[in-house]
Amino acid sequence: MAISFTLNGKSQSVEVDPQMPLLWVLRDTLNMTGTKFGCGMALCGACTVHINGEAARSCITPISLVAGKKITTIEGLSADGNHPVQQAWVEIDVPQCGYCQCGQIMSAAALLSKKASPSDAEIDDFMSGNICRCGTYQRIRKAIHRAAEIQSAHSKSA
Amino acid sequence: MSTLILDRREFLKAGTVAGTGLLIGFHLSAAAKDPAEEQEKKTPNPFNAWVHISPDNRVTLILQKSEMGQGIMTAVPMILAEELCVDWKSVSVQQASTNPDVYDLGTGGSGSVAGCWLPMRRAGAAAREMLVAAAAKRWNVNPNTCKAKDGGVLHGARNNFLTYGELVEDAAKLPIPNLNTVPLKNSDDFTLVGRDTRRWEGAAKINGSARFGIDSRVPGMQFAVVARCPVFGGIVRSFDAAKAKSVAGVREVFAIDAVANGAFTAGGVAIVADNSWAAMQGRKALQVEWNNGPHTGESTATLHQQFLDHAAKPGKVVRNDGDANAAIAAAARKVAATYEFPFAPHATMEPMNCTVHIRPDSAEAWVPTQAPQWAQDTIAGVSGLPKEKVIVHTTLMGGGFGRRYMADFVMEAAQISKVTGQPVMVLWTREDDMQHDFYRPSSYHHFAGAVDDKGNISAWKHFQTSTSIEAMWNPKGEETPEKSEFATAAFIPYQTPNYRVEYTLAKSGVPRAWWRSVEHSTSGFVVECFVDELAAAAGIDPLEFRLRSIGDDRQIPEFTDPKEGVPLNTARLKGVLKLAAERASWGSPLPSGVARGIAGYYSFHSYTAAVAEASVKDGMPRIHRLVYAVDCGRPVNPEGIRAQVEGAAIYGLSAALHDAITIEGGRVVQSNFNDYQMPRISDAPKTEVHIVPSKEAPSGIGEPGLPVVAASVCNAIYALTKKRVRRLPIRSEDLA
Repeated sequence: MAISFTLNGKSQSVEVDPQMPLLWVLRDTLNMTGTKFGCGMALCGACTVHINGEAARSCITPISLVAGKKITTIEGLSADGNHPVQQAWVEIDVPQCGYCQCGQIMSAAALLSKKASPSDAEIDDFMSGNICRCGTYQRIRKAIHRAAEIQSAHSKSA
Repeated sequence: MSTLILDRREFLKAGTVAGTGLLIGFHLSAAAKDPAEEQEKKTPNPFNAWVHISPDNRVTLILQKSEMGQGIMTAVPMILAEELCVDWKSVSVQQASTNPDVYDLGTGGSGSVAGCWLPMRRAGAAAREMLVAAAAKRWNVNPNTCKAKDGGVLHGARNNFLTYGELVEDAAKLPIPNLNTVPLKNSDDFTLVGRDTRRWEGAAKINGSARFGIDSRVPGMQFAVVARCPVFGGIVRSFDAAKAKSVAGVREVFAIDAVANGAFTAGGVAIVADNSWAAMQGRKALQVEWNNGPHTGESTATLHQQFLDHAAKPGKVVRNDGDANAAIAAAARKVAATYEFPFAPHATMEPMNCTVHIRPDSAEAWVPTQAPQWAQDTIAGVSGLPKEKVIVHTTLMGGGFGRRYMADFVMEAAQISKVTGQPVMVLWTREDDMQHDFYRPSSYHHFAGAVDDKGNISAWKHFQTSTSIEAMWNPKGEETPEKSEFATAAFIPYQTPNYRVEYTLAKSGVPRAWWRSVEHSTSGFVVECFVDELAAAAGIDPLEFRLRSIGDDRQIPEFTDPKEGVPLNTARLKGVLKLAAERASWGSPLPSGVARGIAGYYSFHSYTAAVAEASVKDGMPRIHRLVYAVDCGRPVNPEGIRAQVEGAAIYGLSAALHDAITIEGGRVVQSNFNDYQMPRISDAPKTEVHIVPSKEAPSGIGEPGLPVVAASVCNAIYALTKKRVRRLPIRSEDLA
């Protein structure tokens, strides 16, 4: 049975096992590999996407549960990598290996959509579900503050 | 340390796994050491090997090292671009092919920038000189009157300028300069080397377009997982594929052999499917019985008992200056301390994977590997194809830390594609990755030492027993298992007339290998914690005690390899200790409940010191601030150096605060990030990295940040609580 949802603004329909997690539909069925596999148990955050605007771990989300919903992945976060979080990530040179960073960015974008100017403690709290083995945490914290500034400048000029 | 680096490099050069079961040689080949032959072999036309310039001035620099997050895709091409005189913003970077005649493949031992520094300068300079010569010929002027500048050649007097794109066709046909004499830039004229430079591939890492090994996609590819015996050394006894095959999307189920020597794969049952999920579901449904093999009796408790049994008897004498036993027996102020470390996993964020397509007449592979040549040899061996017919694409890696030196995951993918004839990705789940790693060895150290009434170290005795790396990888390693286990701990910078080092091998069925900073991760901890204990016994400030015990400026030969090794320069070590202390305001007051600790160490030819500020809350340490000073020779990309040290600190903290792989019934107890905790953002201290300005040759920085971090934290805990933490990870009962 086909399952339909909106993926990065476009309607998408797949015919797969309804239990198949969204992560594997994205990666193996749709060949959208920006969303990463890290643990398969919602413990590391590498697979973070937005479902109806909320950060969600795609590795434990059966595809049947996203029917009719709006999914945003890293590929659809911005048209050309210019989301404030992405800009800040480049400016602060956050990534090392980069494997976890798409998930980090999706979590950070979700945080900033709720909280325009989070404190260090709020950042640590919200981002604690995303593991970075390279240890870029200090830069992630700094980049989220910077993204908040960029976002605020945008909203003022808009 | 250079012994191990040599071994790790040789290991790659000689890492031929031609067919299953062939041993890996650890010998140094005479040919590889002949500079003339090396020179000839490595003098390819730079426009073929290193620098591609299109007629419309697009510059592509070729990278022979693998990018795993350490920033090598930026630092090494920067060196080439500097000598070539091209605008960094205009360059692209491309991974080298697997051609050992041209490229020094293999990435590890914090050796890439150090090893590439001179060869890349020479290659860039040779290309530049050829371009200048081509322009001079075009203008019919003396090349000495021409100058390379911003991707072109300028002839000042005539105000002529030709771009490299206009010259490259002619330049590539000119004689190649002698690389030993080609003029190199004066380092005072460097415009790129030494400048903070953002990661070249950074933009691809923020929009999902960066392709890691796991992102390889090939038309018609299948996805496979392997059911492996959870007990190390166990193999398949029997299996029934029926239920696995009934899972939608599962195509094939078959056994693959364990490969004992070289690759050290577990073997098992391969489940090949249309997608990763189906393969995993197929594995869940598989009915398999294991022959658990000889190691079911091993556990963390039995290993600990083995350590105690060994420690009760003298070990093999590794070093013996003076008479440490007598000096300690006679001393008035003496200290004894025992340290213990568990196995530690690499836990790269991208789990192991490899994509291979073996065809009848050729093979192609997409491999996230630190050792592309070993991957090529492995696939050639399994397929029976000559090496030249095996193309290996080195992909980006979601972390390496030594784990991706190995070829076990390559072997599995090759075995499966050999059967199916189709392109196949072998994917490891987190559980596979956690339970079938090659772990940092578990070790146990007993120290005894003494200080005299003047505060001099009168004796230093270090006994270690561990599950040696050397004993696992070198076929003759059980004869010299200590070789991989001490490093700087066998030539400490602290002066003492009575210095004894002993070692006993602990037997284990748990696979071991190189983990970020290798034996320095434990050697740095024990040396820097024990010297802190001696400082306390002497009643002298820990920084002051270190500086006076190091003493005069001098070179200390690398003990394990005095001829080939790079000596420890005590002036540089004291330099980082002083710089870190100064920047951390060592000795100044701190808020109540917070204390400082310090550690300084030499590894990978680099010098690092760290000052930690820590407190204890709810029985566990909180680290508020880390101040690092590092001396890694001339800094090529300071921003990259800072990033590596910041990252190594977190990697080291993981082993201090969380990491512990435990063994029961011959298998790993932990399986995922629920029962194996990783540092989170809330664990990350404010970290400052101060780089010593230097014109010395660049040395390693991917690993040297690690060995000092846990020691500085535990020394801070002592300063605060007077409790010595002597086993990692730190447990709340050790602070109570």
